[in-house]
Amino acid sequence: MGAYIARRLIATIPVMLVVAVCVFLLLHLTPGDPAAVLAGDNATSDQVAQIRAQLGLDEPLWRQFGMWLWRLMQGDLGESLFWGKPVLDLVLERAEPTISLALTTITFAVIIAVSLGVLAAWQAGTLVDRLIMGFAVLGFSVPVFVVGYVLIFVFAINLRWVPVQGYTPLAEGVGPWLERLVLPSIALGLAYVALIARITRASMLEVLAEDYVRTAQAKGVATRPMLTRHALKNAAVPIVTVVGIGVALLIGGVVITETVFNIPGVGRLVVDAIQRRDYPIIQGCILIFSAVYVLVNLLVDISYTFFDPRIRY
Amino acid sequence: MSEAAIAAEEARPGRLKAFGTFARRNPTIVIGAVLLAFMVTLALLAPLITNPPMQASPADRLKPPDFSNFFDPEKRDRFGTDNLGRDIFARTLHGARVSLMVGLSVAILATVIGLAIGLVAGYYRRVDAVVMRLMDGLMSIPSILLAIALVALTRGGLLLLIIAITIPEVPRVVRLVRAVVLAVRERPFVDAAISVGSRSRKIIIRHVLPMTVAPLIVQATYICASAILIEAGLSFLGAGVPPEIATWGNMIAQSRLFFARAPWLIFFPGAALALVVLAVNLLGDGLRDRLDPRLARRM
Repeated sequence: MGAYIARRLIATIPVMLVVAVCVFLLLHLTPGDPAAVLAGDNATSDQVAQIRAQLGLDEPLWRQFGMWLWRLMQGDLGESLFWGKPVLDLVLERAEPTISLALTTITFAVIIAVSLGVLAAWQAGTLVDRLIMGFAVLGFSVPVFVVGYVLIFVFAINLRWVPVQGYTPLAEGVGPWLERLVLPSIALGLAYVALIARITRASMLEVLAEDYVRTAQAKGVATRPMLTRHALKNAAVPIVTVVGIGVALLIGGVVITETVFNIPGVGRLVVDAIQRRDYPIIQGCILIFSAVYVLVNLLVDISYTFFDPRIRY
Repeated sequence: MSEAAIAAEEARPGRLKAFGTFARRNPTIVIGAVLLAFMVTLALLAPLITNPPMQASPADRLKPPDFSNFFDPEKRDRFGTDNLGRDIFARTLHGARVSLMVGLSVAILATVIGLAIGLVAGYYRRVDAVVMRLMDGLMSIPSILLAIALVALTRGGLLLLIIAITIPEVPRVVRLVRAVVLAVRERPFVDAAISVGSRSRKIIIRHVLPMTVAPLIVQATYICASAILIEAGLSFLGAGVPPEIATWGNMIAQSRLFFARAPWLIFFPGAALALVVLAVNLLGDGLRDRLDPRLARRM
C-alpha cells in the first residue's frame, strides 16, 4: 500500500509539470511583452525594466522556465502587483472560507446525490426515477449564479431565514458559520449533485442486476441492507471516481459562488485580480487549484481499495 | 386501441406517422430539438422583432414586466426594463445570439481539433504516450480559470473568448476519440485492410473515422451546453464578452446591485440561459440513448 501511494505520488509529477508548463507558456507565448503585462497598466518604463530583469526575460525561454520552476518549488508563487505581497500569503489568508464552502458542499452533495441515485435505481422506470433524473438534467442546466440569486431572493430577502451574503469565520461558532454557508453550498452543489446522482443510479442499476443481489433477496435480506451493504458498496468505485472528477466543476463554481454571495475567499481573490489584471495571482491560483484537483483524484484512487478489497496494489 | 383509432392512425400520412413513432420513442430528442429551434429562431429574428438592445431611456427605468399588449411592437417593458431603462426583452433575445454562437463555435472547434489529435494519438502508439500526458495535464487545469487567464492576458474579444473556452474542452474529445480508435484498431477489418496493403492514412479515414461519428455528435452537444454555461460565467465575472454587448452573463452581472428591487433583471436572462442549456442537454441525452445504447446504459 505504501509503495503504491508513493508510486502514484510520483506519477502526479509529470501531470503537474504539464500544468506548470502550460501556465508558464500562457504568459510567455501570448502576444505582447510579459514584463509589461506583469507590471500592469499604470507602470512606468523603469518598473517594466525592473520586472524584466527580475524575471530574466532576456534569458532563453528554457532557462526562464527553470528559474521560475525552482522558485515555485520553494513555494514562491510570485508577488501580487496590487497588494505587493507574496501570492501564497494572500491565498492562505483567504483559504478558510473557500475550504469551508468546498467541504460543506461536498458533504451535502454526496449525501443527497447518493441517496437520490440509489432511490432512482431501486425505483427504476417509475415516476420517482423519472422525477429524480429530470431534476438531474435541470441541475446540469441552471448556472450557479442564477441558482444563487434565486436562493438569495427567496430565502434571504423574502423569507429572511438566513443572512443575505458574506462569511462568518468558524472561530465565531459553528451555528453562524453554517448559517451563511447553506445557500452558497446549495447553489454550488446543484450541478455536482446532478452528476453524482446520475452515476450512482447507473452504477447501482448494473449491480442490482447481478446474481448475488437476487440471492440476497431470495435469502430474505431486507431491502435497506440489500441496497446499502450489498449493492451500494459494490457500486461505489465509479461513484467515488465521479466525486473526484466533479471537483473540477466545484473549483470553477467556487469562483462564481464567492462572487454571488460575497464570500472573501480565494475565488474572490481571482475575480478581483481579473479587473486589476493582477496576473501573478491568476497564475498562482491556477497552479494551486490544479494541484488540489490532482491531489483529490489521487486520494480517490487510493480509496478504491477501501471500497473494493479485490483491488490490490 | 379501438378500431376507429387504428383506422385513424393508418389514415395519417406516412411521414407524419413516422415522426409520431420517432417522437414517442425519443421524447427527449424531440423536446430538446423543438425547444432549441424555438430559441434559435427568436435569436435570429431578434434584430427584426425587438427594439435596439442598447437603447437607454431614463424615463422608464426599472419598470416591472408587463405582459399586456405583448405583441405591440412599440412596447418596451414586456420583460421590464433595467436601471438604464433598456428593454430586457430585446436584450434577452440579443443575448441568445452570443450564447448560441459561442456554444456552436466551441462545439465545432473542439470536436474538429480533438478528433484530429485523438485519431493520431490512438493510431500511432509512439505519439500516444506524449499526447495523453499532455491532455492529462491540460485536464487538471480548471477550465474557467484557464479561460480567465487567457482573457485577462490579452483582453481580446469574442474570438479569443471562443478559443479560451475551446482549449480546455479539447482533451475530453481527444480521450473519447482515442478510446474509440483503440477499440476499432483491434477489429478484424482493420487487420484485413493492413494486410491488403492500405496506407495508414486511408485506414484512419475510411475505417476508423466513421466509427467516431456517433459518440462525437453526442459529445459535441454536451460541449455546446458547457460552453454556453462557461461563457455566461465568464461574462458574469467580467472576464468574458465586453460589457457593452448584451449577453446573459453581462446582463446578470450588471443587475447585481438592483436585483433585490428588480428581480426580473436576473430572472429573464437566467431563465433563457437555463432553457437553452436544458434544450441542448436534453438533445444530447436523447441522441446518446439513440446513437450509443451501450454508453446510455452506463450513464
